[in-house]
Amino acid sequence: MRRTHVSTRLNGDNVDFLCEPRQSLLEVLRDNLGLTGSKEGCNNGNCGACSVILNGRVVNSCCVLAVETEGAEVTTIEGIAEGDRLHPLQQVFLEEAALQCGICTPGFIVASKALLDKEPHPDEARVRHWLANNLCRCTGYDKIVRAVLKASDQMEAKV
Amino acid sequence: MTTVERPDYKIIGTSPIRPDGAEKVTGAARYAADFKPAGLLYGAILRSPHAHARVIKIDTSEAAKMPGVMAVATHTDLPAAADKVEAIGESAVNLKELSSNILAHDKVLYHGHAVAAVAARSHFEAEAAARAIKVEYELLPPVLDVRDAMREDAPLLDENRHTKVMGGQTSDKPSNIASHNRFEDGDVEKALAESDHVVDREYRTRMVHQGYIEPHSSTAMWNSDDTIQIYTSTQGAFGVRSLTSQVLAVPLSSIRVTPLEIGGGFGGKTVIYLDPVAAVLSRKTGKPVKISMNRTDVFEATGPTSGSYIHIKLGIKDGKIHAVDATMAYEAGAFPGSPVGAGAMTMLSPYDVPNFRLNAYDVVVNKPKVAAYRAPGAPAAAFAIEQAIDEACKALKLDVLNFRDSNSSREGVKMVNGVAHPRIGAEETVQAALASDHWKSPIEGPNRGRGVASGFWFNAGMQSSVIAGVNPDGTVNLIEGSTDIGGTRASLAMQLAETLQIPFEDVRPVVADTDSIPHNDVTGGSRVTFATGLATYEAGMNIRKQMAERAAKLWNCSEDDVDYIDGELHCKKDSTKTLTFKEMAAQQARTGGPITGSASLVARGAGGAFATHIVDVEVDPETGKVEILRYTAVQDVGTAIHRAYVEGQIQGGVVQGIGWALNEEYFYDEEGHLRNSSFLDYRMPTTLDVPYIETIVVEVPNPGHPYGVRGVGEVPIVPPLAAIANAIEDATGHRFTELPISPRRVVEELNQLS
Repeated sequence: MRRTHVSTRLNGDNVDFLCEPRQSLLEVLRDNLGLTGSKEGCNNGNCGACSVILNGRVVNSCCVLAVETEGAEVTTIEGIAEGDRLHPLQQVFLEEAALQCGICTPGFIVASKALLDKEPHPDEARVRHWLANNLCRCTGYDKIVRAVLKASDQMEAKV
Repeated sequence: MTTVERPDYKIIGTSPIRPDGAEKVTGAARYAADFKPAGLLYGAILRSPHAHARVIKIDTSEAAKMPGVMAVATHTDLPAAADKVEAIGESAVNLKELSSNILAHDKVLYHGHAVAAVAARSHFEAEAAARAIKVEYELLPPVLDVRDAMREDAPLLDENRHTKVMGGQTSDKPSNIASHNRFEDGDVEKALAESDHVVDREYRTRMVHQGYIEPHSSTAMWNSDDTIQIYTSTQGAFGVRSLTSQVLAVPLSSIRVTPLEIGGGFGGKTVIYLDPVAAVLSRKTGKPVKISMNRTDVFEATGPTSGSYIHIKLGIKDGKIHAVDATMAYEAGAFPGSPVGAGAMTMLSPYDVPNFRLNAYDVVVNKPKVAAYRAPGAPAAAFAIEQAIDEACKALKLDVLNFRDSNSSREGVKMVNGVAHPRIGAEETVQAALASDHWKSPIEGPNRGRGVASGFWFNAGMQSSVIAGVNPDGTVNLIEGSTDIGGTRASLAMQLAETLQIPFEDVRPVVADTDSIPHNDVTGGSRVTFATGLATYEAGMNIRKQMAERAAKLWNCSEDDVDYIDGELHCKKDSTKTLTFKEMAAQQARTGGPITGSASLVARGAGGAFATHIVDVEVDPETGKVEILRYTAVQDVGTAIHRAYVEGQIQGGVVQGIGWALNEEYFYDEEGHLRNSSFLDYRMPTTLDVPYIETIVVEVPNPGHPYGVRGVGEVPIVPPLAAIANAIEDATGHRFTELPISPRRVVEELNQLS
């Protein structure tokens, strides 16, 4: 199948890639670009393990065609830390034991970052509502919700 | 809450950051589907659209000619497997049946049963070619419900299957009932007749899936020297090696299994589906082949846990459980092996029951072969007995928690299998629930109710091996073979650090492949922190002994005169002579070479786990939605090693139980097609469906472990189904005896009442 040339900004870098028009963004990230931090849990938009930030919005990258990212700004889990410094969300997820197997963790961190970028002080209900697109089967969500609230507090204290 | 004086641990009971944490929050950790060697081909599997059919003919000729296709495989590419049973941790598999499950032989036995496989240059090409394989089927009537399958006139999944009964006999007539076991003591008929009150009820649960977020994926490379490398997602690399070796009839040593990070399993990744198929396709093509399931495949064709039918007669006399007569039938799926035995053996364990008769039936149906799921068999059994107890207490106006306290099991009480409990924390757990803030807080308001339930899980021991190598700078590499599914690198490294009395950060754990560490049984049965922990402790003590021997030589004294205190070696006779762990580590080369501690063992003395849960619900009678208002899980954990991960195991198990109670079910149509094989239609709990889960960690140390560890992972899923049903009864006055108690069921059953 003829491949299409796409120019995008990915985790702050200008990135060009070739893809088949039928390939999802998730597939291109993982198979064409080697960014395997975004996970496939369902491939139909129900689990959120493939969450990325596309032009400021959280999307399931399995439900976006890669060709749609022409000229777009994309942030994946690989672009959340600043150099070797973990993002406060990443640090707090570790401190609060907010992950067990870790497969859903990239999606939760990406989705939570998008929330805190927009709304720095969400309450528990807001966090639960925002993260309802992301499935975790290990933790029962308790420590994830607490971690996001704690990260919000910490980021506020630093500002 | 601690029940004996706790030793002065430095590391045990804290919550350090896990050693594999940074990789998992940055996306760097490599899971099975992330593995991509050069020259990789992609496999796809054709699955049966029918629940029950004879396979007349498989025509792969068109598929083989499709673009990009490199090889096609069917069951004829697998050697004939022996008709014998292999133990894999908590369950056992018949190898012939396993082989038939991996690629169907003469029959397909469920919707989604694998029939043929293709390897191609891209997954698009592989999937297109799999669709082009032509299979001729002769349709057979499916049997989907456990009780239908038990009828004498039921269609048979296997005409050669006869019921195995205790004592090794088999039935004369062929049957879908694969086995019938009985546990009995006392005089049940007499005890029921003399009881003050008898509850007589039937309970039903549906098949549910573990719901791990990572689909199965396996990459195999069959090399020209007939060695095979497998990179896979599994709870047990040695289990994959052993089962693959038997299915492919190759020696164990020719297979090297590398367990990549695993994205959840809950028991479902203790068996194999893809590994031998990827290996066969690799042999045919000379290239590495990866097969990854999609979510539909996972639902249709991997092992959920059984649907069940349980009939209980419970007799109460003078406030005590006097008799239990139970018939339990569990769906095994396409091949025998339901956890009905474990269901029967766990059901009465929280209590002291003098008279019981439990008849347990393992029944095949045209659904996928079940696999282990967190405390396999126990939740459905608890759903039945814990509701019957609740019903009896309400009829007799007895307090449900005080009743459980006064009927509690304890050390010396025999389980139904005749084994007496060692020191357990059953009473302490119920008493902690009685003392909890939740229990003491009132529940008020319309349509609200509170329920409690208890549960038990054995916990497993089994085989573990570790190797700990001391580095010259005093750090230690801990090589283990227990795949880390939720923090066991941390819980093992903590035990080694505690044993050696060195900082946690100085221990670097790694999960090795099957060539690099001796045998380890599966990560299952809540066994790793206990059993591999025991091996880790022994390896650490071995290092301490070697260091003492070497210090004695350096100091020209007897080994008995060397003390190991707070990570330092001391000469008892000369207080000026001391060596820190780091100083001794630095002297390895000059004092006899590398210091390596290792241990390989069968862990005896696993300590059983008890839990009692309290839940408050609100039921919306118009929409049927059940809201979980508050949830408290009390559990005896022995000793909490990593406190936060212990809480996390409890919280995770509870929420799986909430899903099972309220929404989750395999929904089959009459032809046996699974109709809800997506996360949209198979409704697992989200953040919005649950509150914070409160945990009360009771610590009654297990005498079978130096640090008192009991397994913690499984028992939290045992009480929720019944606790929630009891709470809904408290809220509505109606007892729901069939799961899931979904909005539709709530509305339907409440409407029938009014």
